[in-house]
Amino acid sequence: MRLVLVRRRRISRRRQFTTPAVALLVALAIGGVIVWLMGRSPWQALQVFIIEPLTDPWALQEVLLKATPLMLISIGLLFCFRASRWNIGAEGQFLLGGICGGGIAILTHEMSGAWIMPLMMLAGALGGLAYAAIPAVLRTRFGISEILTSLMLVYVADLLLDYLVRGPWRDPKGFNFPQSVSFSDAAILHPLFEGGRLHIGLILALGIAAIAFVLFRRTLFGFAVAASGDAPRAANFAGFNEARITVLVFLISGALAGLAGVVEVAGQVQQLRPGFGQGLGFTAIIVAFLGRLTPLGATLSSVVIAILLIGAESAQVSLKLPFDLTRFFMGLLLICVLVGESLDRYDLQIERERAT
Amino acid sequence: MEPIVELRGITKYFGALLANALVDLTLRPGEIHALLGENGAGKSTLVKILYGLLAPDSGEVLVAGRPVKLDSPRAARAHGIGMVFQHFSLFDEMSVIENIAVPLDGAVADSALRRRVMEKAAQFGLEIELDRPVHTLSAGERQRIEILRVLIQEPKVIILDEPTSVLTPSESESLFVTLEKLKAEGASILFISHKLEEVRRLCDRATVLRAGRIVGTANPRRVSAQDLATLMVGEGIAELSPGAGGKAGEPVLLLDRLSVMPETVHGVELDKVDLVVRSGEIVAVAGVAGNGQSELYNAISGEGGRISAGTLAIAGRVMNRANINERRRVGAAFVPEARLGQATLPQSALSDNIVLSWHATEAIGSPFIDRERLETVAQGIVRDFDVRIPRNDPVAAQLSGGNLQKYIVGREVKRTPRLIVIDQPSWGVDARAARHIRQTLMDLAANGAAVLVITQDLDEALSLADSIVVMRKGRMSAPRPTRATTRAEIGLLMTEGSRTVEGVT
Repeated sequence: MRLVLVRRRRISRRRQFTTPAVALLVALAIGGVIVWLMGRSPWQALQVFIIEPLTDPWALQEVLLKATPLMLISIGLLFCFRASRWNIGAEGQFLLGGICGGGIAILTHEMSGAWIMPLMMLAGALGGLAYAAIPAVLRTRFGISEILTSLMLVYVADLLLDYLVRGPWRDPKGFNFPQSVSFSDAAILHPLFEGGRLHIGLILALGIAAIAFVLFRRTLFGFAVAASGDAPRAANFAGFNEARITVLVFLISGALAGLAGVVEVAGQVQQLRPGFGQGLGFTAIIVAFLGRLTPLGATLSSVVIAILLIGAESAQVSLKLPFDLTRFFMGLLLICVLVGESLDRYDLQIERERAT
Repeated sequence: MEPIVELRGITKYFGALLANALVDLTLRPGEIHALLGENGAGKSTLVKILYGLLAPDSGEVLVAGRPVKLDSPRAARAHGIGMVFQHFSLFDEMSVIENIAVPLDGAVADSALRRRVMEKAAQFGLEIELDRPVHTLSAGERQRIEILRVLIQEPKVIILDEPTSVLTPSESESLFVTLEKLKAEGASILFISHKLEEVRRLCDRATVLRAGRIVGTANPRRVSAQDLATLMVGEGIAELSPGAGGKAGEPVLLLDRLSVMPETVHGVELDKVDLVVRSGEIVAVAGVAGNGQSELYNAISGEGGRISAGTLAIAGRVMNRANINERRRVGAAFVPEARLGQATLPQSALSDNIVLSWHATEAIGSPFIDRERLETVAQGIVRDFDVRIPRNDPVAAQLSGGNLQKYIVGREVKRTPRLIVIDQPSWGVDARAARHIRQTLMDLAANGAAVLVITQDLDEALSLADSIVVMRKGRMSAPRPTRATTRAEIGLLMTEGSRTVEGVT
């Protein structure tokens, strides 16, 4: 007797919604067991990790703030992943967007005007776009794996940020801390309402998710991107230019990651300092897959992952659970989703030895 | 003499397609036995059953007179059956000896294995440097590795699937020497080929398959290549009908001494191909698979290949560098060989699949795709081309081969093309659907379109086309009017024919 995977002729539509939900429940169950094995109460962990971020208004705002860059980056990554182009370096594009946008903020320090913020966003998006163009061109021109180049460029961006905030852009009055000046008023994303923390970044992210939704659903471009990922030979038959699609999806993905970088530095951090990225560019990869590579899914899973990240911060304080547990849990969640996705495409059957 | 292996009543279906029907075959020690047949005749299916890669639906395999169950290549090897595949399965970066060691159970490339391999190599004239990495070797040397891999298991029966297809003439010669030695040692060799001359030189017996059935057994040394060719492709020109096309008009597709570089290592180079297809005319390209037909399709459609010399013109315009959509804009339509994953997106709805070939020339909605229109068009194709669908607007993968092919042909015909190029129109398609597709193509030609059909099915070529050309080794024969041509003549053109036939090209 053995287990075999048999390809399904057709993938059920209903499963598109049930599978991620079931995967989430399975991951929660396994996570609960781990917490229990660590000698903590799984119920308490659930309370801190999931319930509190959702019920406490302050925590909920934090969740949405955290979800904003995840949304922007993962929506961008959708374009790459749907086309089976593997941009693993969104973190680098995110950092570079922050550097470029933050650079404008630093150069316009003490200035004011409504033009500063749009300029920052433009600079950040262009920075991320240019940075993503490198692996795209290396792939289309020389056939170099975009997985490696995009990933390695993350470390370059990381070091560039490090150099800038320790060198030319260090705040002269900052007691030698490796950080830039605090941005002036015009370079900060202000709360949308009094006493709150939410800023325009969330609306921007939701708007872009809506645009991506329409692009994929209704336009030839979205069709071409999905076709070149699903069946490259069919895309070739349709005359969709492979190199052009590669470059375009990388540019879109880089621009959105760059924009996310500006939103993060102008909204949350309000200055440049090492590590402002917090690995969100990598987390967004999980978000994109958790959302099954759809704009709606990515939007929702950005919130789910943000809940876990915020929950992890409080779990660290209140339950003394290590932050790494959250990373572990995100990995677990991704594995559950991928297993679920495989089971959508393949039917697990038990094959008995054939009778002789 | 006692047969080593006997196949009795082997029958195998793939869906509705009958691949082998009640095939009997005996292999005796000390003989080289040819298995002949056109592409799709069922040769590969039969040897895959013998090598344990496929299970027959009925029938049995006897080894040394006893029925055995061959449910895996491992079981087949345990019964002394070895196989050398047409396409090599070697690791390029590893050395010869490492490649030989890989499939052996628990074997490592140690000195004992080296000694055994060296012995076999010396015995059968398969000398090769054991430490050379495979990527530095020629096709003939790679094949030696595959043969040594088999010989090391001391097989009693060795299956060779079109072994000379990748070899140069001198490499073939040395292969034959090896096979003669194996035969002298008492091994039984099953030699699959469609090259009649080499079969006549080498083989003691020949079994000929056509459409999954055995149509004859012969001593190839006693019968002529002509007779073998006739056996392979079948008798009778009765059902030949001239194309329903009207008068042939001006040339729509023109290939003038077109040369195309091979795309892959195993690819074929097109060598100064001349071809004209006029409006109202159906031209068939016949030939054994792998003689450059895929390359020809790709070159004409613009899906691949680099033109190195010559001219390709569609509707009077030079299209050497044009992409597929520019070719579609001057009135060309293409139906590629692979239905799923090339002609269609397998997991997309039929209506969405229209976009693939329509977006460059038809109004499908801009900037937003007009789904309603696509659905209307899809319903129209389903209705007009008798496509049987399991439910409304299914995904492409849900259709049977024949119905999907009807849909794809319908999609292109609806664009009212001036030229349609179709690669293997009825490959894996049931007879009813095949007839429907042929009729569609004839109607299209009758309405003034130029039709080019690339096919390995000689019946199809003869029944459909006004004129027929044959591809062999990347070269194209001169066209022959179908009415004035016999199967045997075409059969000879397809294989390594006599000198007089050679003179035609």
